[in-house]
Amino acid sequence: MSAEHEIAASKNLRGVNCPMNLVYTKVAMSEINPGEVLEIILDDGPPINNVPGSVKKEGHEVLSQARLDDGAWSVLVRKGG
Amino acid sequence: MNYSAEQLERYSRHIILQEVGVEGQEKIGAARVLIVGAGGLGSPAALYLAAAGVGTIGIVDGDVVDLSNLQRQIAHYTKDVGREKVLSAEEKMVAINPDVKVQTHRMLLKAANIREVIRDYDFVLDGTDNFPTKFLVNDACVMENIPFSHGGILRFDGQTMTVLPGRSSCYRCTFRQPPPPDAVPTCSQAGVLGAIAGMLGTIQAAETLKYFIGTGELLTDTLLSFNALNMTFRRVPLRRQDSCPLCGSKPTITELVDYEQTACVIK
Ligand SMILES: [Zn+2]
Repeated sequence: MSAEHEIAASKNLRGVNCPMNLVYTKVAMSEINPGEVLEIILDDGPPINNVPGSVKKEGHEVLSQARLDDGAWSVLVRKGG
Repeated sequence: MNYSAEQLERYSRHIILQEVGVEGQEKIGAARVLIVGAGGLGSPAALYLAAAGVGTIGIVDGDVVDLSNLQRQIAHYTKDVGREKVLSAEEKMVAINPDVKVQTHRMLLKAANIREVIRDYDFVLDGTDNFPTKFLVNDACVMENIPFSHGGILRFDGQTMTVLPGRSSCYRCTFRQPPPPDAVPTCSQAGVLGAIAGMLGTIQAAETLKYFIGTGELLTDTLLSFNALNMTFRRVPLRRQDSCPLCGSKPTITELVDYEQTACVIK
């Protein structure tokens, strides 16, 4: 997946609960330019069930969600204009 | 601005709002707001604006805390009776949020000093208790081109409007002159339901935050009034008047005057 999209920044949010994972995602998004891709690593459960939807509502595009070996999720988000 | 982990947690419920976000919180943090009066309206406004992380908050009041204030002026506690209101309010604001810089102005605002005081701020929240000062705040803010929130409460009633000088209706566009001193009850005789100070002061605080965030619709060209006895809210549309003696095309008020300070509403 990384081969398809150049990742501008990555944020490891393992162990970060809702809603602080969204807060850190928004801070990371504010630090990249529109069109650039942010990778966030989210825990399984409420984080992966909630954060991608919230990010979409803010006008960003969720490009992919992939399960990692440790059970966490890698989510790629392209910043909206 | 780089937020600490603690600040991100403190402001998290703002930041996760789409309309606020990191950028909106940064605007709040850069804001400079002057609260006129540390009374019924100024108390809740000061506490909420401090909690919100407004970077610099000025607070003006020349009075000391009186026991009869405590029924509605929630920044002041029983232990504060006899203490300067601005210092009592500052203590609570800083206790809620040490990020906030509080500037205390222990003084009465007069025609001779108000412009110099408000010039240092981006927005003024009027929580005064009398018509002469409300007109003074309106006139000074229009002359200095500083946006402000007007507010007043009495008995079970509250009213508020937000003024962007030169762009929206000012207080004088609708209310030309302070009412004659005998036309309104005096402070000690009127009474006020304490909780409505919170209802109105927090509306003014929300308007202040919206102004800085830059989203939504402000209460410009609109007088919002409520009656808490029946719990009815009413919005009266207002228009900027070309005949306004202050912001109209041929202004007759070109300098500030002190009106007689007898008529009053409870702050
Ligand atoms: Zn006017």
